[in-house]
Amino acid sequence: MIQFFLYVSVALCLLMLFSMYRVLFGPKVLDRLIGVNAIGSKTVILLLLIGLLYERIDMFVDIALAYGMLNFVAVIGAARYFHKRKGLYEESFID
Amino acid sequence: MDIIVIVLLIFGLFSFLGGAVGIIRMPDFYSRLHPAGKLDTLGTLAMVMGLALYNLHQVSIGSILVSIKMFLIVFFVFIASPTATHTIVDAGMRAGLRHWTKKKRED
Repeated sequence: MIQFFLYVSVALCLLMLFSMYRVLFGPKVLDRLIGVNAIGSKTVILLLLIGLLYERIDMFVDIALAYGMLNFVAVIGAARYFHKRKGLYEESFID
Repeated sequence: MDIIVIVLLIFGLFSFLGGAVGIIRMPDFYSRLHPAGKLDTLGTLAMVMGLALYNLHQVSIGSILVSIKMFLIVFFVFIASPTATHTIVDAGMRAGLRHWTKKKRED
C-alpha cells in the first residue's frame, strides 16, 4: 500500500508539471493565477500523502490545512490586486 | 477496504488529469476556469476521502480525530475553491478581458 501511495505521489507531481506549463507560458496574468490555484489544490493532497509515507499523518494534516488556507488567501489577494487595472490588457472593451 | 481506497485514489487522479488537460487545451481564460474550478474540487474530495478511509485501519481516538481533520480540509476546499474561481472571473471581467468567440469564416 505504501508503494501505491508513492506511485500516486509521482503521478500527482507529473500533473503539477502540466499546470506549470500554464504558469510559465500563460498569455495573460490571470492565466498564471489559474495555474497557481490548480497547483496549490494538488499540493494539499501531496502533503497528506507525504504524511502517510512518513507515518506522521497527525502532524502533516495540520500543515495541509494551513497550506490550503494560505493558498486561498494568496489567490484572493492576487485577484483583488489585478481588479481594476485599466490597461492591463490591450484589447479592452470597457475603454 | 484497500480496494475502495485504491479506487477512490485512481478516480481522484483521473479527475485531476482531466482538470490539467482542460487547463492546457481550452482556448481562452474564462473557459480554462471551468475545468480548473470543478474538477480540482472533485479530485480533492475523492482523494482525501480515500486517504481518510485508509487512516481508519486501526481505530483509535487519534486516528478518528485525524480523519475528522481531513474532512475539515474537504469542507474548507468546498467553500474556498468556488470563491477563488469566482474572484478570478470577477477580476477578469472588471479588467475588461474579452471572452473568446468562434472566429467567423470569411466566405
